[in-house]
Amino acid sequence: MSGAWNVADVVGLRDETPTARTIRLRLPVPVRVLAGQHVDLRLTAPDGYQAVRSYSVSAGIPPDGLEITVEELPDGEVSPYLVRDLGVGDQVEVRGPVGGWFVWRPEDDSPVQLIGGGSGVVPLMAMVRAHQMASHSSPLRLLYSVRSPEAAVFRHELESLAQASGTFGLQWVYTRTAPDGQPVGRLDAETLGASVLDSGADPAIFVCGATGFVEAVAGWLVDLGHAPDRIKTERYGGLGGAS
Amino acid sequence: MGIVSSGFQGRRKRDLPGVPPGQYVTEDFPVLSAGPTPRIERDDWVFSLRTESGTGRHWDWNVFMSLPQEDVTADLHCVTSWSKLGTHWRGVPVDAVLNGVDTQAEFALFYSYGGYTTNLPLSDVLGGRAWLVHEFDGADLPPEHGGPVRLLVPHLYLWKSAKWVRGVELIPQDRPGFWESRGYHLHGDPWREERYG
Repeated sequence: MSGAWNVADVVGLRDETPTARTIRLRLPVPVRVLAGQHVDLRLTAPDGYQAVRSYSVSAGIPPDGLEITVEELPDGEVSPYLVRDLGVGDQVEVRGPVGGWFVWRPEDDSPVQLIGGGSGVVPLMAMVRAHQMASHSSPLRLLYSVRSPEAAVFRHELESLAQASGTFGLQWVYTRTAPDGQPVGRLDAETLGASVLDSGADPAIFVCGATGFVEAVAGWLVDLGHAPDRIKTERYGGLGGAS
Repeated sequence: MGIVSSGFQGRRKRDLPGVPPGQYVTEDFPVLSAGPTPRIERDDWVFSLRTESGTGRHWDWNVFMSLPQEDVTADLHCVTSWSKLGTHWRGVPVDAVLNGVDTQAEFALFYSYGGYTTNLPLSDVLGGRAWLVHEFDGADLPPEHGGPVRLLVPHLYLWKSAKWVRGVELIPQDRPGFWESRGYHLHGDPWREERYG
């Protein structure tokens, strides 16, 4: 599929939160991104040591560009370099995009329910953007669980989209601190049931976050009557993960 | 050697022996799956075998537990680049399940509760190279890691070690499973970096 490494130019950098950064890459070849896919990134140290990690694509920039959004892990080997040290004009090696399961395709007419925890929102953001880009008429909803407003990646873009778009709905769950007047607490089965598209609408559902979050949410969705084969999951630490 | 990032040092954990190319070592045990975790009680669990001629065998939990049991220590290598070394499992060698089965098939398609499938050459699951495991680190295998029973094929990338396994079909010709039909390699040898097909 996408086994070859390409040398990509870093053409843009954008801080999303104090610990997350978006990196815009330009590849030497045209690249087609399906929303939800990831790329493998390879870094080489001056002594030849190499490290490979997978990162979810947050935006496709046709014809030859894409963005990844990386959350810094304090004890990570690669992510601190990408978030703190990488500069515009640097080059990195990229393989992909890869992945054909956790993807949303514009040909799919179903309503879409996205559920993200923390930086698990990154591949979901690619879906939100692709849905907008396609001027898709089906409803798309994002339920986004974050520690605090400051920790929310893509916060302003998501809120403007939710105001401007007739099809996109956004709901926050704040687990530690919330804006004034909004509740604080972890997502539970009841809130989930009240927030997501009803199983009668048979939505395509994408869940991404830490393992415990994804396990709990996927289990509640099944309890709510959603068919297991309509629920696609991805966890960081794995495919599309960051370290 | 690739494009050098002058500010990047890395930790060189990869220089450990026993770690295939392109892998790094983690102490965690990340969970990877494509959908909700199926919840299967041991009393409801059944493992089925079907050969290319359509004959079959079935094992319920009690019969399965009466098969020969082995303790296995193995290194795990996930295609997403992490490796976990020295993991401890207990289970039934696939040899014991296929013992005495009359087949000319050269390939196996394992299938799981929840619909997952993965294909392997029979030679990769026989000869003490693969197990149906039900314990991890001395405890019952948790559902998120594939319990009650998962396949363990440690010499191949971990997507071959199907979780929530419920059967195997012996087939004359190789047929791609779930990830193999979505861009991943038919075989998946980490030492040859058989990641993508």
